[in-house]
Amino acid sequence: MSSTNAKHPELSAIFNKDEARVDWHDETLWWVRQKRDKAAWTVPEWEQLRETASAIKNNVLSNLHDYLMEFEEKAKANGVIVHWAADDKEHNEIVHAILKENNVSQIVKSKSMLTEECGLNEYLAQNNIDVVDTDLGERIVQLANEHPSHIVLPCIHWKKEEIGELFHQHLNTPKGNSDPQFLAGAARIHLREKFLTRKIAITGVNFAVAATGEFVVSTNEGNADMGAHLADVHIACMGIEKIIPERKHLGVFLRLLARSATGQPITTYSSHFKKPNINQTMHIVLVDNGRTVQLGRESFRNSLKCIRCAACFNTCPVYRRSGGHSYHTAIAGPIGSILAPNLDMKKNADLPFASTLCGSCSNVCPVKIDIHNQLYLWRQEITKQGYSPKLKTVVMKVMAVTLSKPTLFNIGGKAARWVIKYLPFMVNNRLNPWYKQRDLPAPPKQSFTEWYKKNRK
Amino acid sequence: MSSREKILAAVKINQPALQQLPALEELKAIQYENDFAQFKTVLTTIGGTLVEIDNTNEITEYVKNNFTNHQNYVTSLPELSEIKMLDEHLDPHFLENIEVAIVNAVFGVAENGSVWLTDVEMKIRALPFICQHLAVVLHKKNMVSNMHQAYALIGENDYDFGVFIAGPSKTADIEQSLVLGAHGPKTMTVFIMN
Repeated sequence: MSSTNAKHPELSAIFNKDEARVDWHDETLWWVRQKRDKAAWTVPEWEQLRETASAIKNNVLSNLHDYLMEFEEKAKANGVIVHWAADDKEHNEIVHAILKENNVSQIVKSKSMLTEECGLNEYLAQNNIDVVDTDLGERIVQLANEHPSHIVLPCIHWKKEEIGELFHQHLNTPKGNSDPQFLAGAARIHLREKFLTRKIAITGVNFAVAATGEFVVSTNEGNADMGAHLADVHIACMGIEKIIPERKHLGVFLRLLARSATGQPITTYSSHFKKPNINQTMHIVLVDNGRTVQLGRESFRNSLKCIRCAACFNTCPVYRRSGGHSYHTAIAGPIGSILAPNLDMKKNADLPFASTLCGSCSNVCPVKIDIHNQLYLWRQEITKQGYSPKLKTVVMKVMAVTLSKPTLFNIGGKAARWVIKYLPFMVNNRLNPWYKQRDLPAPPKQSFTEWYKKNRK
Repeated sequence: MSSREKILAAVKINQPALQQLPALEELKAIQYENDFAQFKTVLTTIGGTLVEIDNTNEITEYVKNNFTNHQNYVTSLPELSEIKMLDEHLDPHFLENIEVAIVNAVFGVAENGSVWLTDVEMKIRALPFICQHLAVVLHKKNMVSNMHQAYALIGENDYDFGVFIAGPSKTADIEQSLVLGAHGPKTMTVFIMN
């Protein structure tokens, strides 16, 4: 994703330079989290629903081989062409081959985090294919040469004035107009022309039903449908973990998805694609790209239950204050931090540390993934493999020795209180990242042990 | 070995021991005393409009009074004789300028204000998405409380394409400001036939 090798702390530091903006970002996402709570509270059986969704996904992971075979068979019987891609490269090549076969060099694409994960846009651009992302938020970041910073709200880090300026440059809207209604209207006109002229549309997949071979795509804008129904060729790209057993299970997931994501009772459109449209060709690309490896990691396979609602992003105190781009992966936030080390442990070794382990992510997850436990387990795995941040490893070792020896702990505590009081610059300096955007409270006069000894009567 | 074989083999080796599917019957899903009242509340909250009618003539009258560009109305309902009948063999690109599309909906879902329709009702898949304003007709009795009941009704129905539509197309991508009419219809009217 990111072309540099900068890690979460450095990238967060860039985001944290503008304190007012961080507050705005934080509050906006917390507001979305609160909408999620309100929506969840309207469903008395919410916890039972989460438990059921989790159990369905556990069944899916335990029987994925047969479900994939069944899905393929049913999809083929429906007249859909099914492809299998072992990794990102093969996925991109399959898509490109379909475009070449049809002599098409301009396509529309609705939101698909999988194609982001595979770097499809970059790959196609190198092959002179013009890809237009049609989700408004994705189009905005695409025009700005960026990647989405959030999987549901791709341009949550952009202010409307900046979008106004971006549209002025790219869509010729009047300078200084930053009214959301007006800008969305300009994008509507701009993208309608694309929908009506492009011959191939790519969409993602939210759920694929093994028993029927159909797949469901959820959007609010209607962009997946506008693309797919007006194109000669529809390519749907999905990770192999998107399978669910039967149609009736959609009832469980569609009740959870939008409520968890944005607090809506359901997305505007939940489209069930079963057979190709008249005179249309429909392709499904089933992608592994590390998923089978993750399936084999007992501690981490639960991450494959994710339905990409982003509730864990919106509730995460670290995500809200560091921004999506600080995670340098297609999928940011807590869930991204447990998915990314599977793809590249060394490159993403910093991400499981970008968390307070407060557990809020696990509490809002609609499929009950134990995200904070997995973050903790990844830290151990990464340290064992020797990829943990060097300074952190040294500090942790010193801490381990200190905490295991009471005398050393007491001396250390006394020394620290003295230093903070008389030589604060010793700790409050640029070598100590804790002091970025933080201040220490005044040091106490005595430790708890000292206080207890004195007051114990 | 092809990627298909490789992936399937890797899945087989790595998938955990079989875990049973939960029985959905045990889910005590919400039931409303009055599904219609709940449907109306939710639909209105998500930006839709509900109009109660006693006969189909009221539909024609309502759309003519509430929308412009009268020549660009289209319907798949033969009983709306004053409105142009949709040619189901039309290239969907020619629907670009449709102002109002009026189609049947199979049933409504009270918990989320959505309606279910398939290609049988819409005739052309692009129609309910490309029109500027969407209107659906629903019989008051065709209403369920929740999505589990919705899928029980759909059952094994062999549609080619089906969709739950809940209100007008919308986006909140610009600073979380809600805008109705992202790419699809700017309004959605549900005519409830008493």
